[in-house]
Amino acid sequence: MLGDKAFSLIQELDRSQHGTLPPFNEDAVRQALEEIDSLFQQNVADINHLAEDDALVAGIHLRHAALERNKRCLLAYLYNRLERLRTMRWQLGSVLPSDVRTNLCEPELEWFAQYSSTVARYMRSLGDGQGLDLTVDLKPPKNLYIEVRCLQDYGEFELEEGEVVLLSKDSTHFLPMEHCQHLIRQGVLQHVK
Amino acid sequence: MANFYTSYYPNYFSVEDILASQDRVPCKFEVTVKGLGYLDASSGNEDILPGSKIELPCWMARPLCSSKRLPIVSAQLPVNYRERYREILSADACVVDLQKLGPHFYELGLHLLPITSAPDRPRLAALLTQVLRDRLRPIMDDAQHCSADETSQKIAKLDRLEIRLFRGGQESVRDRERWLDRTAHLLSMAPLLAASNARHKRKRQDS
Repeated sequence: MLGDKAFSLIQELDRSQHGTLPPFNEDAVRQALEEIDSLFQQNVADINHLAEDDALVAGIHLRHAALERNKRCLLAYLYNRLERLRTMRWQLGSVLPSDVRTNLCEPELEWFAQYSSTVARYMRSLGDGQGLDLTVDLKPPKNLYIEVRCLQDYGEFELEEGEVVLLSKDSTHFLPMEHCQHLIRQGVLQHVK
Repeated sequence: MANFYTSYYPNYFSVEDILASQDRVPCKFEVTVKGLGYLDASSGNEDILPGSKIELPCWMARPLCSSKRLPIVSAQLPVNYRERYREILSADACVVDLQKLGPHFYELGLHLLPITSAPDRPRLAALLTQVLRDRLRPIMDDAQHCSADETSQKIAKLDRLEIRLFRGGQESVRDRERWLDRTAHLLSMAPLLAASNARHKRKRQDS
């Protein structure tokens, strides 16, 4: 049936777990584009003969419906991928994990770099030029210092006052919340009660 | 009828909506469609002849029936929305396996409204809301009380829309428990990483 290739992209998105990105399926995208192109060419040819043969209208309608459907599936595929990518910027920061990077296509990487720098520029401009990191304190903080346990050997971590903490596996620390939030979100530290 | 045709709910990019509108609808062609005989592979003709019956996806059936001049196809309701199944659903909606009937029972139903005959339309619309209303209470009940191992068994018979409601219910119960434990303020790993870590762990255990 027409439009099946483009639809398979949507199924792929639907099957991938919420928030994760499946590899960019360049092959299916290209095939869907080719289908759109051939539908369009056939329609153009039929429209030119419309004056002689009135019965072509039905076919044109049908192909046009298929063309629009293909377009919708492709755009939805790209858009939903970008949405997920954008969520990642806020959850993981400007550096993507390597397994996510390998699943992206070239324009998506470019988009992410641009989006990242736009967000960073905006955050620098806040608070009378002092800058404000909007990705910290997504939940209202209760204390300035929190107790954390280290889940992996991370190495040395320098706090803003110049103090250096060695984060080795299963060690616990009492750190300023502001500085270790990102590490908690990246799964290096665990917040304990 | 034409104003139904370009409505996308909840938006143009909605994955759920695209999935729902892929389901097939039995259609009968009213006019000859030239050069598209390959859609009906069994006929072997070059053109689609009037009177041939093909199951078309809902997204194709809708614009073709609502074409302004004369309709190109006439669509019928899929079996699941016809009288017999309606009787079953109105007898006791809670025991029906909507995963099997749908799994986009409600959303496809909305897409089918424009191609339903005018006197039947309000009845189908009323049926959809009534079915959801009947099933909602047990679903929310299960979402609040069933344990983690029971979940997969409970959602096996639910429509995709109902599964979303169910998950939402479970999530709010969990949030409430965290709040009662006074652990709601604890920071946690990004959900995305948590999911991928769990996957890696499972892989390592398998190997």
